[in-house]
Amino acid sequence: MKISIKWLREYVDFSPPLEKMAERLTMAGLEVGGMQTIGGEWYDVVVGMIVRVEPHPNADRLRLVTVDLGKKQPTVVCGAPNLIIGDKIAFACTGAQLVDDNGKLVQLKPAKIRGILSEGMVCSERELGLSDRHEGIMVLPADAPVGVLLKDYLGDIVLDIDVTPNRPDCLSVIGIAREVVALVGSKLDIPDVCYDETGDAIDASASVEVLAPELCPRYCASLITGIEIGPSPQWLQQRLISSGMRPINNVVDVTNYVMLEFGQPLHAFDFANIRGNTIIVRRAKQGEVMTTLDGIERTLSEDLLVIADKERPVAVAGIMGGLHSEVTDSTTTVLIESANFSRAAIHRGSIKLKLSSEASLRFEKGLSRTLSLVALKRAIQLMQQLAGGKVARGIIDVYPGKQQRETILLSAAEVKRLLGMELKVTEIVKTLELLGFVCKQTMGASQIRVSVPWWRTDISCQADLVEEVARIIGYDDIPTTMLSAALSEYEPVSAINFRREIRDVLVSCGFQEVLNYSLTSLEMMSRLSPDLHQACPKPIQIANPMSREYEYLRLNLRAGILATLGRNERHQEDSIRIFEIGKAFLPGPKDLPEEREMFCAVLNDAPAGLFWKGKPDPVDFFVAKGVVETLLERLGLRAEFEPDDDEDLYPGRNAAITIDGNKVGVVGELHPKIAKAFDLCGTAYLIELDMDRILLLADIIKKYQPMARYPSTTRDLALLVDEQVTYKQVYDIIKHSPLVSQVTLFDLYSGEQVAKGKKSFAFRIVYQLPTRTLTDEEVDKVQQQILGKLAGKVGAALRA
Amino acid sequence: MLLNQLEELFSGACDELAKLTNLKELEDWRVRYLGRKSSLIQALRALADLPLEERRSAGARANEIKKALEASLEEKQKELERGLSSSLRHGSLDVTLPGGKIPLGRLHLTTQTINEICNIFVGMGFQIVEGPEVEREHYNFEALNMPEDHPARDMFATLWVDYQTETGEKPMLLRTHTSPVQVRVMERTSPPIRIIAPGRVYRYEATDATHEWMFHQVEGLAVDKNITLADLKGTLFEFARRLFGVDRKCRFRCDYFPFVEPGVEVAIDCLACGGSGCRLCSNSGWIEILGAGMVHPDVLRGVGIDPDVYSGFAFGMGVERIPMLRYGIEDIRLFYSNDIRFLGQF
Repeated sequence: MKISIKWLREYVDFSPPLEKMAERLTMAGLEVGGMQTIGGEWYDVVVGMIVRVEPHPNADRLRLVTVDLGKKQPTVVCGAPNLIIGDKIAFACTGAQLVDDNGKLVQLKPAKIRGILSEGMVCSERELGLSDRHEGIMVLPADAPVGVLLKDYLGDIVLDIDVTPNRPDCLSVIGIAREVVALVGSKLDIPDVCYDETGDAIDASASVEVLAPELCPRYCASLITGIEIGPSPQWLQQRLISSGMRPINNVVDVTNYVMLEFGQPLHAFDFANIRGNTIIVRRAKQGEVMTTLDGIERTLSEDLLVIADKERPVAVAGIMGGLHSEVTDSTTTVLIESANFSRAAIHRGSIKLKLSSEASLRFEKGLSRTLSLVALKRAIQLMQQLAGGKVARGIIDVYPGKQQRETILLSAAEVKRLLGMELKVTEIVKTLELLGFVCKQTMGASQIRVSVPWWRTDISCQADLVEEVARIIGYDDIPTTMLSAALSEYEPVSAINFRREIRDVLVSCGFQEVLNYSLTSLEMMSRLSPDLHQACPKPIQIANPMSREYEYLRLNLRAGILATLGRNERHQEDSIRIFEIGKAFLPGPKDLPEEREMFCAVLNDAPAGLFWKGKPDPVDFFVAKGVVETLLERLGLRAEFEPDDDEDLYPGRNAAITIDGNKVGVVGELHPKIAKAFDLCGTAYLIELDMDRILLLADIIKKYQPMARYPSTTRDLALLVDEQVTYKQVYDIIKHSPLVSQVTLFDLYSGEQVAKGKKSFAFRIVYQLPTRTLTDEEVDKVQQQILGKLAGKVGAALRA
Repeated sequence: MLLNQLEELFSGACDELAKLTNLKELEDWRVRYLGRKSSLIQALRALADLPLEERRSAGARANEIKKALEASLEEKQKELERGLSSSLRHGSLDVTLPGGKIPLGRLHLTTQTINEICNIFVGMGFQIVEGPEVEREHYNFEALNMPEDHPARDMFATLWVDYQTETGEKPMLLRTHTSPVQVRVMERTSPPIRIIAPGRVYRYEATDATHEWMFHQVEGLAVDKNITLADLKGTLFEFARRLFGVDRKCRFRCDYFPFVEPGVEVAIDCLACGGSGCRLCSNSGWIEILGAGMVHPDVLRGVGIDPDVYSGFAFGMGVERIPMLRYGIEDIRLFYSNDIRFLGQF
């Protein structure tokens, strides 16, 4: 809301400097976001009066104007068509800063125009930076004081105030004035409203029917006949412009002016175009068509509220008037509407029509019903003053939604309970009264019966009043204390600690965490294997997506992280390791979709940067698997890896990760078709884990294991087995033998040195007992048993 | 032992010592001539058995020899050590060659910031809780005092979810703030309550350098008897001191959020200009960091907590904004484009 300080000062005088005032407003909830000075550049621009207009001897379209500036009477060349002797104008002396055709500030210099020296200039609005008007010079009001600097006469400061949605009353100059009064303790001076009703009784000329009282709690209207449409006086136009509105004509300008002054949107209808002389407030008929003031034809529906005459809608209530009932130059009779519409009706209508206006922005915040009549009277008064005509006798006031004035019981104890600050009853009362609340002390003076002023629609409980007191006294004055209340009982949320633990392990493994968007596109999802989708549930769609790119909730983390890998590969030559922990969204039987916490990591086998000592080991399946093993081991879990056939992964190079027979994830090399779909340069490996399932199985409670006290015996064993025998088969036999504490594979060989169809495993076996030292004979015996078992079960032989 | 034998031993020891080339030989020499079982030490021990006169002359000389040998040993040891260092120097490295870089993993900047915020509040007795990202309209709006068509809903441009349940539940949405978690917690627990709730939130929003449609918030809530606005002030001032530094100035001003009353906006003095006004703070000198207030009595009533007995405060802050201010990050879109060159900096 733009507030002209000059205008504001008409209702309230305040002594603190403007910056201080703006800060008080900000602190009290009305944030002053900016302060714009009008006329800040108007040095050497003076109010003058045209005393002589003569033709230019060398040019038909130019004239010589002599202007009285009090101390001197310069004559300058002027091309404007509207030069009238006796008019007050703004005169720029040489050296003045004016706005040129390109909107830039330039300094006015003496110039010879068609042979005549011109030192100075009569200004248009555009040259002064007031508006875009440049058709003629700006004419000042007749009472403008000659010789006075224009800056002092017309200069202003406009505050840009960010009004919160609970304070529609402050979307007005008077609303802000009321706040200023409360903050600095001065007096509010609102103009008296008086006008003569010289016309016919209104009931004889017009009638109003409210058919949708739930959407229109009040409708006030008046009629003025014989008005003369014309431009508004300069002062009024200037106020509209400084508030960010465009002057149109005196009638429309008055409705806008009163809206800015009181916060009540009004509408003026050309009564000649109201058929049947009747206003009907009703829901629109399905498919009804009307053209709004902006020239757009709109198809209406039943949930919209319209103002109609006997035959057709003439306005979309509270949002925008209709074109054919618009006030034009030929209008002579005007019906002024000042109504109250339900905020829901206007809000919905505005969304439905994708149309908002100064009026709708106010109505949808919920205006005071009392305001309708107050504002209507003010509009009548101004319209009569500026456009003449006869005001009808009486006012139409259909008021189906009349309300009791709100009163609230407030105690000083409640103020203390919420603010933590002791305030005397008298102090509370004084503060509230500054804001226009009426207070009556009751119950031995400990309670206050507070009546809410009619213009405040946001106050309905004690807490609201407490805020009023606090913000006027100032939040700065509230003490600062630390919580002394009891601590709540601790409820462990294992998922949070669990997630932290996993993140820590992954970061220790050199992985960078990423966070990808939860929304994705069909295209992105379709880059993954289509078969996966058939197995997967249908993704949940956004009803009003911002774009196709972000239209569906992700079903997994794969697509997002692979796209991130692809993007990073473009500028990262080194090996990339990234992971994400986040939610996948799956339709479920519960009332909300299932939000499954997933873990996904990818790593590529790009060369890990150049290093003078040589190349580090390449990244392969077993590096990825090692990450999984390291992670799960930290979580106290033993995972098994079984061949899997994940469609997104390279056949034969991916494994299901299972814990106690439950599948918790997969690890594997990316299928080349997927790598291609995501524009990946080389081979990449993917790890996916279901966090929720792992959490159920995890045993994060660690237990101390004593270190071995007795020495161990180490033996190496080279075994020859058939190609198809797996490591796990051999390992399990050795590991589950007595005395064996550790089994490590240190070589795997197949090739010329061994028979065809055979391969060799080399194991280092550590034998150990916690209770005593082993003898060589014992170890030899066990090793023989192991060899026997290996030969029997997997046909292994000692490699010669 | 006779004196001449001692002299013989002495000269032999000295000759041998001169020929030694390494520390190992030196140690052997020491054991041989000065060790417990060496002839010199034995001789010294045997002195006691000699007649007084002989004992005097031989004893004095034996001790002289022992001291001389010890001194020579020390000198020889130093000489050999010096030699060792200079011989090692032949294998010198070019220490200016680059070291092998160990690739570091990092947490996402957002995760780091959430951890930091949560740690501060955990230190003040708050517990971390979480809630769903796909939310019922009820928890996101109605229960927070924003019924349908409430004007404040315009502050939360919403992404609606096209999801029908078997029970024909009302429309769902992507939560526009973490405040629904407040309601869920209050519904299932009774005061005293002291929680902090981090998480993702979503808005229907065109993105630009300062707007993202997905971002993170941290919500806080404390409910008990006699919790006051002064407590809120104390808690948040302390938070700001711990997060932004003890010298940061903090401002508490009136603001409006439908689910609190009185409502508060907390700002700190601008990190870029220190309060004198600049582009970052739109010349106000202040930077808003969070919204807060006393839990609205209607919100408490809605979850079955008597607002006449209990009171509480709530606050919510945007997460990304904090590192943006701290590190001078000018484009919020950097956070979720996940460029490692960006993420690796923090």
